[in-house]
Amino acid sequence: MNRKTAVWLLIPAFLGVLVFTFFPLIQIAIPTFQSKSGFFSLYTQFLKSSFNWAVIGRSFLIAIVTVIVVLILGVPISIWIGRQKTVVRQILNLLILFPMLTNAVVRNFAWIIILGHDGIVNKTLLALHLIKSPLNILYTNTSIIIGSVYLFLPIMINSLIGSVAELNVEIEEAAAVLGSSPWRTLFKVIIPQLTTGILTGCILVFAGTMTAYTTPEILGGNRHLVMATLIYQQAMTLGNWQNASVISLILIVISALSMWLMRRLSHHLDRRPINA
Amino acid sequence: MLDRKNKTLTVISIIILALIMLPLILVVITSFNTQSSISLPITGFTLSWYSNIFQQPDFISGFESSLIVALIASISALVIGIPAVYALTRYNIHHAAWFQSFFLSPTLIPEIVIGFALYQAAVITMRIPVFIGLIVGHFLLCLPYVIRLITASMLLMDSHIEEAGWICGCSRKKGFFLIVLPNIKASIIAAFMMCFINSFNNIPVSLFMSGPSLTMLPPSILNYLQNNYDPTVSAISVLLMIFTALMMFLVEKAIGIKNITE
Repeated sequence: MNRKTAVWLLIPAFLGVLVFTFFPLIQIAIPTFQSKSGFFSLYTQFLKSSFNWAVIGRSFLIAIVTVIVVLILGVPISIWIGRQKTVVRQILNLLILFPMLTNAVVRNFAWIIILGHDGIVNKTLLALHLIKSPLNILYTNTSIIIGSVYLFLPIMINSLIGSVAELNVEIEEAAAVLGSSPWRTLFKVIIPQLTTGILTGCILVFAGTMTAYTTPEILGGNRHLVMATLIYQQAMTLGNWQNASVISLILIVISALSMWLMRRLSHHLDRRPINA
Repeated sequence: MLDRKNKTLTVISIIILALIMLPLILVVITSFNTQSSISLPITGFTLSWYSNIFQQPDFISGFESSLIVALIASISALVIGIPAVYALTRYNIHHAAWFQSFFLSPTLIPEIVIGFALYQAAVITMRIPVFIGLIVGHFLLCLPYVIRLITASMLLMDSHIEEAGWICGCSRKKGFFLIVLPNIKASIIAAFMMCFINSFNNIPVSLFMSGPSLTMLPPSILNYLQNNYDPTVSAISVLLMIFTALMMFLVEKAIGIKNITE
């Protein structure tokens, strides 16, 4: 009898995900394998185009650079916030959380004000006579990367602060007593202990950037398409649903693979004993 | 030592913190500008861009539909998700871990793909009305938050409390409503807030599920931004920031904000 109740409790959620996530995916997947000229021919055809490769390459480039920058900015500030007194830490936490919960359109729009043709960066550089005419920063890969970093940095910080607060400071004191410089301690003692948090953050940031639509749409413009914006353009602007499905499946495979790979990596790199 | 008194670390961190806060502050400043294009420094002070928001029918109806969809999607994710989590944590289910990852699987699929696939399957093939498709899409965005947050607190809650209730003659159903739900109240509120905020802010799914009579707020702002470049966007951004702050304040009052960050 018990088992029966449990099944009834599970069914709605199970059906919801099955009918509205997996059926639609199968439905868009099937036609992509039904070309007359072979099972994978639509995919090989898609990958023959240098334009499509440029889009895939751009997506990877942006995601990888974003992860690196987020990591470089995120680790020091997380250590700093994680080591504040509780009250200060809670206030700083709120400051990090606020942009995280604010609409992505707002956060990307802010960078139009900063990077645009008449934006602050250009105005400042012109006023300082460092440049003669405004730079085209907006609607480039650079502006997409800046926007993505801004979007995902709070997520990285948020996933690190907790692990930093749990670190045992005595280990660092021991390293200092034994003559280790602060920088050496950072790389040899602190960061190795944060590996799991860092990798989790990296997975979230990489997959998030790779699949983000809003940032490349607002800060990339039409000429700097990434896979997510290409899907929308193919499906809704050009009405080429088959192509949109092909890209969708490639994007799913890439994001699932990267998550799986990084999860494997984090098990491999996390050398702490399980009960630590 | 890299503690909070380390000068280099403090300087670097404050600069990064400023970089996080500054862009949003600039948006606030530009929203009061008298010039008709977004620029800094501002030349005067006006609130007319705020009143212009209310002249945009897309913003008004978008706000209404975003609010309604976020509410329905979050509540249905809770109503459907909590029983599923209860079954997985309190009954001896075969392959419970498999179900758990199955329920979390929508997070593995890029939101833009969820929007596209759902549009094609639900709206075009199954002929489900766009509005229902929209709610279903947002429900899929919400469900993983419910599963994750509720599972965590369900595992923390001592199941003996519930068993004690049964021994004292409480039925399983009554025990669920009178013992389990009150005990996981904080995580229910946390899950609701995360669902609501994420649904309200979502763009990729809403973008596909919109029609001539149905627009959501974030896509309308995106659309407005691509056609006009005036401080109205700044003004509505400020309202959205106030909205976020209000939500955070409510969460803090209800359960303490740190409950939703984990």
